[in-house]
Amino acid sequence: MANVNEEYDVVVVGAGHAGCEASLACARNGLSTIMFTVSVDSIAMMPCNPNIGGSSKGHLVREIDALGGEMGKNIDKTFIQSKMLNSSKGPAVHSLRAQADKQEYTRQMRRTLENTDNLTIRQAEVCELIVEDDIIKGVKTYSGATYMAKTVILCTGTYLKARCIYGDVSNATGPNGLQAANHLTDSLKSLGIEMFRFKTGTPARVDKRSIDFSKMEEQFGDEKIVPFSFTTDPESIDREQVSCWLTYTNENTHKIIRDNLDRSPLYSGKIEGTGPRYCPSIEDKVVRFADKNRHQVFVEPEGEYTNEMYLGGMSSSLPEDVQYDMYRTVPGLENVKIVRNAYAIEYDCINPIQLKPTLEFKKISGLFSGGQFNGSSGYEEAACQGLMAGINASMKILGKEQIVLDRSQAYIGVLIDDLVTKENHEPYRMMTSRAEYRLLLRQDNADLRLTPIGYKVGLISKERYEYVKHKEEVIKSEIERLQNIKVGANAKMSEFLERHGSTPLKTGSSLAELIKRPEITYEILKEFDEERDENISQDIIEQININLKYEGYITRQLRQVEQYKKMENRKIPDKIDYSKISGLRNESKQKLDMYRPISIGQASRISGVSPADISVLLVYLSSNKIG
Amino acid sequence: MLYSSETIAAISTAMNNSGIGIIRVSGDKAFKIVDKIFVPYKNKGIKIEEYKSHTIHYGNIVYKGKIIDEVLLMVMKAPATYTREDVVEINCHGGNIVMQKIFELVLSNGARCAESGEFTKRAFLNGRIDLSQAEAVIDLINAKNNMAADISVGQLKGNMSEKIRKIREKLIYHIAYIESALDDPEHYDLSGYGEELKIVVEELINELDEVIDTADNGRIMTEGIKTVIIGKPNVGKSSLMNTLLGEERAIVTDIEGTTRDSLEESVRLNDINLNIIDTAGIRETDDVVEKIGVDRAKKHASEADLIIFIIDSSREIDEEDIRIFNFIKDKKALILLNKIDLDCVTDENDIRKFIDDSEDNEIIKISAKYKDGIASLTEAVKNMFFKGEITYNDQIIITNERHKQAVINSRDSLECVIESIENGMPEDFFTIDMMNAYEYLGEILGEQLGEDLINEIFSKFCMGK
Repeated sequence: MANVNEEYDVVVVGAGHAGCEASLACARNGLSTIMFTVSVDSIAMMPCNPNIGGSSKGHLVREIDALGGEMGKNIDKTFIQSKMLNSSKGPAVHSLRAQADKQEYTRQMRRTLENTDNLTIRQAEVCELIVEDDIIKGVKTYSGATYMAKTVILCTGTYLKARCIYGDVSNATGPNGLQAANHLTDSLKSLGIEMFRFKTGTPARVDKRSIDFSKMEEQFGDEKIVPFSFTTDPESIDREQVSCWLTYTNENTHKIIRDNLDRSPLYSGKIEGTGPRYCPSIEDKVVRFADKNRHQVFVEPEGEYTNEMYLGGMSSSLPEDVQYDMYRTVPGLENVKIVRNAYAIEYDCINPIQLKPTLEFKKISGLFSGGQFNGSSGYEEAACQGLMAGINASMKILGKEQIVLDRSQAYIGVLIDDLVTKENHEPYRMMTSRAEYRLLLRQDNADLRLTPIGYKVGLISKERYEYVKHKEEVIKSEIERLQNIKVGANAKMSEFLERHGSTPLKTGSSLAELIKRPEITYEILKEFDEERDENISQDIIEQININLKYEGYITRQLRQVEQYKKMENRKIPDKIDYSKISGLRNESKQKLDMYRPISIGQASRISGVSPADISVLLVYLSSNKIG
Repeated sequence: MLYSSETIAAISTAMNNSGIGIIRVSGDKAFKIVDKIFVPYKNKGIKIEEYKSHTIHYGNIVYKGKIIDEVLLMVMKAPATYTREDVVEINCHGGNIVMQKIFELVLSNGARCAESGEFTKRAFLNGRIDLSQAEAVIDLINAKNNMAADISVGQLKGNMSEKIRKIREKLIYHIAYIESALDDPEHYDLSGYGEELKIVVEELINELDEVIDTADNGRIMTEGIKTVIIGKPNVGKSSLMNTLLGEERAIVTDIEGTTRDSLEESVRLNDINLNIIDTAGIRETDDVVEKIGVDRAKKHASEADLIIFIIDSSREIDEEDIRIFNFIKDKKALILLNKIDLDCVTDENDIRKFIDDSEDNEIIKISAKYKDGIASLTEAVKNMFFKGEITYNDQIIITNERHKQAVINSRDSLECVIESIENGMPEDFFTIDMMNAYEYLGEILGEQLGEDLINEIFSKFCMGK
């Protein structure tokens, strides 16, 4: 019997947030790309929380956008509430978060994909990788069809051998009852790829009409909306926002949970997978933080045209009857009706240390991967990996230099470096505290940091690139101008400073110095700045204010980055044989051989590799005139 | 860290044999750093960078307007230097305390205390040393590191490491709290936290100040074998000390901070440096002042690499001697039978009764007064050294200095936190410097940063939705 056999440049397995970005990056680079999904209706589905962004995740979305990815644009089209978190804190931790209309998010992304040249969408389960001499050749589907390709990008999310569990009910499906992918794991294992089994969970969805909102606190969106995408005009997205609601669990809730712990598959041992610590189920919270007498519950709409509401903070895998009992102890949820049960989901993923920082497998040339398959968690984490995998798979085919963002360039760099360098035992989530140089990695300057790279890899238009270059120059020249405008400690100035709640000048100063004061901004200094160009846009003014106000701190981090870069720039050749380096401890030899770091910097972050080992390595590289 | 490319500094001559010492600074910021503390007699205002390479300049090291020492500055520009980096050598002659002070100034202006062998290593890495020496350098790094690790932890007085650990625990807790709030702002509220944190950080600064004060302040340990002379009173300890010193005419400055009853000197025996501490005679006493001296003597002895135990051959072995025999069990010790010029009451055989056969302590007969038997003593020390029974320690000064510098750096970072709080900076700025403070203290304990913060956040704070 003849089977279908087609050829593409790129095969992408999966159509979630990683798969979408990967496919778009390749297709937009002119490469013929086919994207496989077990269900075309589930493209860019949000199977868990109904929002995009949040602390540090918002940064990721801005970075995706600056590199030419789609997530920022898509959420700008489909959000129903938007908030800048931490706006009272420093600019480094301002973070955008938007509530999405889930259906609309899926629909808009699908429309974008369907209208992208070179991109084919195909519903089929990929069961097998075709690999010859450690080089990827293509994939085979359940029907026996083969699709040959130069590169393959695996973005299987939570679908590999997925199992959804609550109480003693266990379904061998992916999220939302969608078909699991049960065959690919075996093919991966037979290729010698090490697999992990991870777990995550989601709370129940409930009927809005069964909720008494009068017992909850209403949570509004921001009045002034900042878009995610640098290309979105803020005025174009000014729209009516919907509210979220806040309520709390109480001792009764906790008692019910404690009394029924023996029925939880987590505690009875039915779940084997490792769950994330940052996203604990409500039963986890009650057990681990027994001294807390209440936990927050955020009641969030799943969309504008549905009555389903998401119960953020109460994910669970307790049996159905216990779910009813516990949810109904929460104020406002006394008569709640469940639409979809809460559940835990287990799935196969890889140990990501098998990847290079380019997200290509070390042992299989041309095979890339991104998203939850790599042991991360979250839509944004998935999307940015999908984008990077897509970019690098394209660059490989096009014979161009692949891109590795480092820890001083982007949160994406921190995320990928952590995944491929550190031992990871739970689904990885981005956090601002993971970024050493976060003062430099702000969401407001993602365009300045990354748009030139996006341009280089063919995902940013020349026009957009030139705007960013122009922006950079104006910021620099305007700061210099402000540093050169001297102002005296005269009566006019004293009156001005007093009017703005600041202390008078004791001696002469510059406008740049004045902006360092918390009360003073670029905008209000206008009366002392006659030569000012009135056409300077708000995004540039923002950069001027931030750069001047936090100059001391920023300079300090820049100095640290200088040190860091020296180590990152000492590259270690691919072919190095660690077993031949005398002076390395055995443990280090094994670790280094397993991780095969690309630079001295990366090597120094591997746990168990000591500074002495690094010195030995440096000496070895120098003595062999390599690196 | 050993492999980073910061500017490094070290006291790089043995300070015992002459009043002159050299502080060597190497790295791309060497000139800038020394500029900050050096005032030349001629050509004031010209930066060191502008000096010709390989020239010597006369001037003062100045701190807060006060002259610390007159020095000669040797300026050598990369690449024609030992390390192939910019190098400044400060030749000073004000003695050990002054040298220590200048060294600290160099460090506080941005240099880092060099690791053992680091100048050599840099020379190598920068291509100065022949490639055939690679193996030797690697061995050096390993040996130094193993030793440094042992010593640095061993050197911390027990309660000091405990103190630092406690300070770190407090730091990481507060960092984790702030970070949790930044990560989950709808859950943890930071309003008013700055004021609370300020009190905590001020307390931590005080605690670090205490650590700094109790650290081996200003005490220079020169290269050598840490040797302690013990014995009951009047057996000839001081005579031996004087004999050794007189014999070699190798007197160095007395060291501040040593007790009035334990004197430390550096002596060179056949090219081997001994740092000898003459202790108060050990005996049971009710006299408070003397008791302190005796306790110190015991303490020195317990930290020594080598113990020289002197017994008076003209007296019977008594209770006091036996107590010392018990004390030196399991320690490297030479036993000197002194005063052989007098009538002999106690001989080698009497002594053997009190030491285990397995101990294998050498017994040497001397007359400190008439300088008899000193050659045998020298020979015995040399043998022990070459057999590796006693170690030659060039690490102590460095680890001490490094610990102290790390604590100072940590305290400085915490001062930045206070400054940020006082300037009304947002909370996320606090943790940047708190984390630096935490890392500096970790260096002392030899702990890598790893996932400390993330683990603390997850274990102490209930995160996420």
